[in-house]
Amino acid sequence: MSDFEKLKNELKLKLNEAKNSQELDIIRSNIFGKNGLINSEFKKLGSLSPEDKKKVASEINNAKQELTKLFNNKVLKLENSEIDEQVKKEKDDVTLPEKDFRIGKIHPVSQVIDEISSIFSEIGFSVEEGPDVESEYYNFTSLNTPENHPAKDMHDTFYLDENMKILLRTHTSPVQVRTMLKGKPPFKIIAPGRTYRSDSDQTHTPMFHQLEGLHIDKNINMGHLKGCLNYFVKEFFEVDKIKMRFRPSHFPFTEPSAEVDIGYRVENNKIVIGEGDKWLEILGCGMVHPNVLINSKVDPKKYQGFAFGIGIDRLAMLKYGINDLRSFFECDFRWLNYYGFDPLDVPTNYRGLSK
Amino acid sequence: MKFTRDWLKEHLKTNKSEAQIIEKLNHTGLEVEKVEPVKNELSDFVVAKIIKSEKHPNADRLKLCHVDIGKKELVKVVCGGPNAKENLLTVYAPPGSVIPKNNMKLEISKIRGETSYGMLCSEAELNLSNESEGIIELNQNYKKKVGKNYFESNSDNVIELSITPNRPDCLGIRGIARDLSASGFGKLIENKNIKIKKNGKQTLKVKIEKSKNQACSLFGSCLIKNIKNKESPDWLKERIISLGLRPISAVVDVTNYVMFDLNRPLHAYDVDKIKKGIIVRNSKKGEKFKALDNKDYSLDDDMCVISDHEGVLGLGGIIGGIRSGTELNTKNILLESAFFDPEITRKTAKKLQLNSDAKFRFERGIDPNSIQIGLDKASEMIIKICGGEVSRSDIQSTKKLENKKILFDPTLASKTIGIKLKNKEIINILEELGFKIKKKGKNLSVEIPSWRPDIHGQIDLVEEIIRIKGFDKIQSIEPERKRLKPTLDFFQRHFHLAQRSVASKGYLETITWSFTDEKINNNFKENVEEIKIVNPISSDLNVLRNSLYPNLIFFLKKNIDRGFENQSLFEIGPSFIGKKPGEQITVVCGVRKENEIDIFDIKKDLVQTLVELGIDRKETKIDIDTPSYYHPGRSGSIKTKNDQSLIAYFGQIHPKIVDNIYGFEIFLENLVKYKTKNKKEKPTIAFSDYQKSERDFAFVVQKDFQAQVLIEIISNVDKSLIKNVKIFDVYEGENIPTDKKSIALKVTIQSDSKTLNEKDLNEISRKIILNVEEKASAKLRS
Repeated sequence: MSDFEKLKNELKLKLNEAKNSQELDIIRSNIFGKNGLINSEFKKLGSLSPEDKKKVASEINNAKQELTKLFNNKVLKLENSEIDEQVKKEKDDVTLPEKDFRIGKIHPVSQVIDEISSIFSEIGFSVEEGPDVESEYYNFTSLNTPENHPAKDMHDTFYLDENMKILLRTHTSPVQVRTMLKGKPPFKIIAPGRTYRSDSDQTHTPMFHQLEGLHIDKNINMGHLKGCLNYFVKEFFEVDKIKMRFRPSHFPFTEPSAEVDIGYRVENNKIVIGEGDKWLEILGCGMVHPNVLINSKVDPKKYQGFAFGIGIDRLAMLKYGINDLRSFFECDFRWLNYYGFDPLDVPTNYRGLSK
Repeated sequence: MKFTRDWLKEHLKTNKSEAQIIEKLNHTGLEVEKVEPVKNELSDFVVAKIIKSEKHPNADRLKLCHVDIGKKELVKVVCGGPNAKENLLTVYAPPGSVIPKNNMKLEISKIRGETSYGMLCSEAELNLSNESEGIIELNQNYKKKVGKNYFESNSDNVIELSITPNRPDCLGIRGIARDLSASGFGKLIENKNIKIKKNGKQTLKVKIEKSKNQACSLFGSCLIKNIKNKESPDWLKERIISLGLRPISAVVDVTNYVMFDLNRPLHAYDVDKIKKGIIVRNSKKGEKFKALDNKDYSLDDDMCVISDHEGVLGLGGIIGGIRSGTELNTKNILLESAFFDPEITRKTAKKLQLNSDAKFRFERGIDPNSIQIGLDKASEMIIKICGGEVSRSDIQSTKKLENKKILFDPTLASKTIGIKLKNKEIINILEELGFKIKKKGKNLSVEIPSWRPDIHGQIDLVEEIIRIKGFDKIQSIEPERKRLKPTLDFFQRHFHLAQRSVASKGYLETITWSFTDEKINNNFKENVEEIKIVNPISSDLNVLRNSLYPNLIFFLKKNIDRGFENQSLFEIGPSFIGKKPGEQITVVCGVRKENEIDIFDIKKDLVQTLVELGIDRKETKIDIDTPSYYHPGRSGSIKTKNDQSLIAYFGQIHPKIVDNIYGFEIFLENLVKYKTKNKKEKPTIAFSDYQKSERDFAFVVQKDFQAQVLIEIISNVDKSLIKNVKIFDVYEGENIPTDKKSIALKVTIQSDSKTLNEKDLNEISRKIILNVEEKASAKLRS
């Protein structure tokens, strides 16, 4: 065995026994350093014959490769065992609570507005809005409700002036007229928003939310109205089958007018929507009255269509099992947390309305 | 409007059951609101269970019982029955009920110092037997009936309809019968000719004064003499009770009966109390009269009054007066059957805040052709019950009656409803409802019956047709999935995004009233006009909000009272800046309360939201001018650099208003307007791969010097090289003069075209120091 071979084996042994990085550093310079084993051997090459030179050089290179590999492995091993040592000392009680985070919530009314918008978006409706403060004209007169008409009794109106000309809108229907006046038919809109009536008890709050719908075109008839609302109710309640009935009613701004009831039953004190022998009124609708079209500068001989009005709060109560309308506006921390929706839970058609 | 099936059958020949009738009514637009048994004096008594029975503290022979009467809470009843014990099922009489044995009305009373709410009854007290020793003991079969009526009623149910304001004709049972008959539910019974012997003329002179706004156009009357007014017979009393009214006397009950039967309001005067004759005229301001509701009314100009030569007798179509009212000893009466204009009647009643069954009908429109039949039917009933002789009727009129006619294109029905309808069917439905029809070419000439004041045009006829045909016959058409324009516009998209963005920062979304308490609002309204509600729901919700803070802070405090110290709430909604429609802005307002919080927490929430809404930090600057409701030293406003648009306020709410609450307001319209005006294409991004260097600086500046300005100065030194300026420390104290502070920043320098060498970096550092020292009167801290 040559000296080189001997030294190499010695170093291999040392490498194997090295216990820490300091020892490794010494070994490193013994092997690869300026005067280390490899370099010393290369220096010796000059005195050899060309044939031997070639042979020895390749031997050194092989040895270098072998040692490098061994060395790197040793480094890795040592590092790992050092980490292992370190990790052994690091022990946390992972059952301690995480750091505080705050979770925000979206109000059920907002969520339901988004759900409804998503549903009507699918069939081509776009969203319009109107002012909360309205004139007597837009809120009543333009909607075919004359002054001193008993139909007005159903709206306990908040007034902002003594002459009763400026008021808080009692329904979202004025948006119909405003929308039609600023555009040209066809119209296909929904208009959600705040509405106000001077009424306050278990089932009424002085402010609540409505959603208006309007579809005006050349041959839109009551069959379309029925189809549209059928589609909406099914999508909204996310059920395949739902019993629905149209009951004739009266609104000054639609004719013929109807109220829509859906079927339900009570199971374990909870309302189950869809079937059953009980009826629940959920919206009012009808064919837009020709007088409203005329007031909106739309020719009733050429255009006709339907409108509907939905109580948003009521729908939210039904869908999400909320019993008390007043609680919507009481901002109780517990209620908001419980009934609120995750902000990332955006209702869409492709994902589905609710999580 | 209430009725019973029994009563209905006087007008409608039908064999349909109550359930069928109810369903049909709903389908024809007469909404059934309630169906319940007729109330009588026995329906007050309910089955009850004694839950707890203890000795009366002040009386040995009395007991204090806690009784379950099927309500949420138990009632406390003092009871003398020796058998009153826990778990006993018995009969309870509530306060207000009348005990059959002695006709005594129960009141809430104190018995030996203990309040008793009602009474537990013995059989004798209910006239069931002579057993008066103890209270009734019911067997266990009644266990499930606690709270239910003890006496079962065997009479008809009362069906209550919610009649829409367009259908006055259905405020009479005959009208309901007519609708049912038209819907194929039986045959309307012809009004039989009333044969009564009429003696002589109506001798009391009646005059309708001609004047502008005269509400009365028809006044029919007849005299009935020598009657003996009395209590109504049982059958009539029962009918009156079923309407929810109180029987008074035969004469009054009959007029009420006819009103509900034919929708024909009548009024009976004691003719001996009328001075000379009747004048129907308009009132003068200040005229007074005492109405049958026992209240004094002071009249305005131009209210329609029925008067005699002494003064006002009654308000036409609304209410009669005490002076000429009938009593049990009334001998001679004048029956009035008139027509009053709906609008004028409504105005008068509204002004006087007076409501009555007559007014409710006249303001909706009464059949002017029902005057005679009303007089006849009532007279017939009165003389049958009270005797007496009826005069011939006198009808004064100022207007000719003529039924309206409409030219109707029957194809409008199919066009509106969406199903084909034959003319024959259309004509049939309308005729069944009382319309008279003549063909006129392709069109129909339709004469409107006098009882349908709601029919004005062709579309009203279409409604009649589909109402009777049935909405269930309409074929549903699948909606078309064609979109005319995007669902949300640019503003609405930002609304939606802002809402979810703020919520994602840990805020709970609330919806609070658009109105608020004037007193709280005053703290936040600044120079904006106060918008008062004339008729607020309560005095603490009497103005429209000029800011979202008043309600949010109010409810935040309520939550603190509930024990939730740490919370963040927000609302997105209208804030009102004027009284006219449209004078409102959309504000996103958040409030945050935590034990350890400072202005930079709220600023972070706000700025991150703005960034998410697409407002680049570099496009905005912070000003320190904020409204007075913010802490002057701990608040700021965010404005856009290029046009000074106010995007948001943030800061601590002024401690004078509330303690340690931070908030922000984003003005959404301003933000969206700015974005619309400054819409920019997103350029293709190019990253520099050259070496990035960082240099730290610390400058000593005046204490009130704004950090924002320092960043601006440095950024402007070389916009292409200086990529970022970040403050990492602000120091005041030792080694720094008391009127100064030190700001330490890290400046990131990078070229897009080469690796900067030491010389380049030194050069830029030199420029930075030079600029800052000059423009900020600062000194580099060594």
